[in-house]
Amino acid sequence: MIFYTIGTQAPFDRFIKMIDEVAPALQEEVIVQTLKGAYVPQNVKVVEFLTPKEFNELFAKARLIVAHAGMGTIISALCQDKPIVVFPRRRELKEHRSNHQIATADKLKELGYLYVVESAEQLKTLLLTSELKPLCHIGPIASSSLIDAVRQDIESL
Amino acid sequence: MADTPKNKKKILAVASIGGHWIQLLRIIAGLASDYDVSYVSSNPKWAESVKGKFYAICEFSRWDAWKMLICVPYVLMILKKEKPDVVLSTGAAPGLLVLLLAKYVFRKKTIWVDSIANVAKLSACGRYAVKLGVDHVYSQWEHLATDKVKFAGNVLGKLGDAE
Repeated sequence: MIFYTIGTQAPFDRFIKMIDEVAPALQEEVIVQTLKGAYVPQNVKVVEFLTPKEFNELFAKARLIVAHAGMGTIISALCQDKPIVVFPRRRELKEHRSNHQIATADKLKELGYLYVVESAEQLKTLLLTSELKPLCHIGPIASSSLIDAVRQDIESL
Repeated sequence: MADTPKNKKKILAVASIGGHWIQLLRIIAGLASDYDVSYVSSNPKWAESVKGKFYAICEFSRWDAWKMLICVPYVLMILKKEKPDVVLSTGAAPGLLVLLLAKYVFRKKTIWVDSIANVAKLSACGRYAVKLGVDHVYSQWEHLATDKVKFAGNVLGKLGDAE
């Protein structure tokens, strides 16, 4: 199963339309998490707002994650050893308040953490022709150096 | 945590749902055994993801900043009730509001860890956090550190330790 998610903050119609276009060519179930009021795709199963628990359950079942370039989804994928493909939101299309998802996606791709696509065509090619693997594993906790620094701030009250 | 001895310092940990929240929990994971932690987020259903006391406040952003006025009385009530020693936030806008009220109304220590999503520059809220005097501001990217913005690693627990 492919879990396709836009996160919790804002609709992302361009991305949802993409999977609607690509899904008929895939031999696999796709579950799409969208938000109320967003474009409703015809060719895939849709779920709306998910609690953390529901989100984790779908996540655990998925073979592959395809998502907006939100850090919540990216971190979850790296933690759970799921391959992840991201499609960044764009500010000029009012998909987010800034273009930071493009920068995040570029940087994390450069570091070898995830796959990035920029169009339905690229997504289709990637899903149909490549064997996608989890590219990186992370543990359950932040850098000890960051935690120690925060601890020091707290203790220096 | 079965007991929360009175001598433990108290952290109020604040983040909007989604990536901000997940990043917050990855920092708190390294602190929870030594501190008494209460949480603030933007949706009551997120209470299920933590053990401590949990409050949900309204969500707002730069696009609808007027909504912040609705939040203020409730945030003041939470701060008054919880009496944290320190308030820690990973964003977004509601987290900054809690930090500023904690600092300027209750004189509490405040810490902002800017989301790892902000690779190219600090988030708008992070830049406000610096300007408005939040006590400690962190970026999760070394190239964004300045005299006022610290870098000490990141929530992935990988890049930062390696560099």
